[in-house]
Amino acid sequence: MVIAADPLLLGPVDLEVFLIVLLKVVVSFALLMVSVMLMVWFERKLISDMQNRIGPDVAGPWGILQTLADGIKLFFKEDLIPENADRPVFKLAPYLSLVPAFLVFAIVPIGGDFRTGDGTVGWFGHRTFLQVADPPMGILLFLALSSVAVYGVMLAGWSSGSKYPLLGSVRASAQMISYEAALGLAIATVFLTGGSLSTHEIVSSQSNWNWNVATTGVVPFLIFLVAGTAELNRPPFDLVEAEQELVGGFHTEYSSIRFALFSLAEFMNVITMSAIAVTLFLGGPDGPILVERVAWLWPILWFSLKLSAFLFSFVWLRATLPRIRYDQLMDLGWKVLIPLALGWFLLVAALNVGRDRGWSPVPVVLVSVAVLWAGTAMLGGAVRKARAERRALEFGSDEALDAGNGA
Amino acid sequence: MEAAVFIVSAVIVLSGAFGVLLARNPVHAALFLVQSVFGVAVLFLLLDATFLAAVQVIVYAGAIVILFLFVIMLLGVDRAENLDVEPIAGQRPLAVLIGAGILGTTLSALLVAVGGPTGAPAANSPLGDAGDNTRRLGEALFTDHVFAVELTALLLTVAVVGAVVLVRRLAGPLQPLPVVAVASEPEDEPEDTEEAPDEEAGA
Repeated sequence: MVIAADPLLLGPVDLEVFLIVLLKVVVSFALLMVSVMLMVWFERKLISDMQNRIGPDVAGPWGILQTLADGIKLFFKEDLIPENADRPVFKLAPYLSLVPAFLVFAIVPIGGDFRTGDGTVGWFGHRTFLQVADPPMGILLFLALSSVAVYGVMLAGWSSGSKYPLLGSVRASAQMISYEAALGLAIATVFLTGGSLSTHEIVSSQSNWNWNVATTGVVPFLIFLVAGTAELNRPPFDLVEAEQELVGGFHTEYSSIRFALFSLAEFMNVITMSAIAVTLFLGGPDGPILVERVAWLWPILWFSLKLSAFLFSFVWLRATLPRIRYDQLMDLGWKVLIPLALGWFLLVAALNVGRDRGWSPVPVVLVSVAVLWAGTAMLGGAVRKARAERRALEFGSDEALDAGNGA
Repeated sequence: MEAAVFIVSAVIVLSGAFGVLLARNPVHAALFLVQSVFGVAVLFLLLDATFLAAVQVIVYAGAIVILFLFVIMLLGVDRAENLDVEPIAGQRPLAVLIGAGILGTTLSALLVAVGGPTGAPAANSPLGDAGDNTRRLGEALFTDHVFAVELTALLLTVAVVGAVVLVRRLAGPLQPLPVVAVASEPEDEPEDTEEAPDEEAGA
């Protein structure tokens, strides 16, 4: 009913179909866990390289089993709950972070030939999509789950019953809500171009020679990257757990396995956010099939390659950029990213309407750009005026002081 | 199958609603509200209204209740309320009256609906394909009901402008923010007396 687009579920649902779905769930779960393990190691090793250190090198070859060792250690540590904590909420919060991180991966198509075929693969005599679910609401599920993930961070900070976590969680929720708007608007342009909410359909619509780079690949893609990094609370947007100011931010009071769950969720979110970016903007598993005999393998390879590029750049950002200030964060989110995403969305919408009506694209673009320019000028003027007035108030010109005393 | 999903989500919705009423801590009440919202989203899914289900979670759980929590945490009212105080005189009898009125209206609507759903038959007929849902909703909102949509947008804009006007800073030297009533409240709490007094001034 809800997942009806997958050809596997169009026919009668018998035991075999059920087992295939179960297999998909288990495989994607295992895949995600292993990639998180490798991601933690990869990040530590890469950052060490960038900082001229050696990094983990004891557990296993090149220290690749370091995460496993850390996980086992955290699992056996004593579980502490602060006396001031709100116990049920304190215990609930890590799961609210972790579960959305897992679920988002269900809608990512990780393979299947979209260029010559319809994106299905043959499994045990059934045709099926290489993704756990393809609900009609598609990518909205990602937005819904990322809004649930805010609760994990927010409640963890509040329920710890201590100052630094509370400050961290208040910062986190303000930041995540602000950047979710820009994220949503960037994704809205993808809906508009792809004509569907389903991730499978979006990837199909991109599997032409250019992945719709002109409409979605530049402006919305960059907005998505910045807003996504902020949504993940990764550097340079890691004000949430700024060590120098807030000890450890929202998870200061967490220890042992609950802390491990937060860590797991954080790295898993990096992977799923990269996977969503690949799906929405870079054609998902689309790519040339070089060796015909293992044709099924190539889409998966291309997907992994694109995913790794994103993971690398997230680590690179962390090693390179200093943390930005809180007012810069809010300025960037509200005054730059949201207007830019909205303006681009309107431009693409105008082009779509023009194409439906058979108008020539040149005047449509010219008129839209003129209108958007006028809007930007008005917005910029308002911002400048407000800033000048605030400065006059704060540094107190004499007239302003007199007017204030007289009132 | 459908009945089972309906019963489970109805239990989730109703227990969440009771939790909102009975929880003594405002943060817990807000969390029960989230539970209720999720139950309603599942009910939407059961009706094949996938878009509404997603929007229900994104807007209500993801924005509105988060803002509730934000305000509760920032204002520091996240502790049990003293139920002996009645801030507005006569609000309890009035609440009973209005509650009884709403219950009566809902019950009568339910009784009328015993034979089938109420309202226009066109509004209750199935839409068909679940994937078509978003398109139909968009068409309805931006053709037949476009005036109402624009009016709602205007209302929200007015609310935002109103909020900005209310919090704007008056000319003159910097005034302290009018949070004295809220900030002085923790002094009555016994747990805060153990802390150093200069922390009060910083808070």
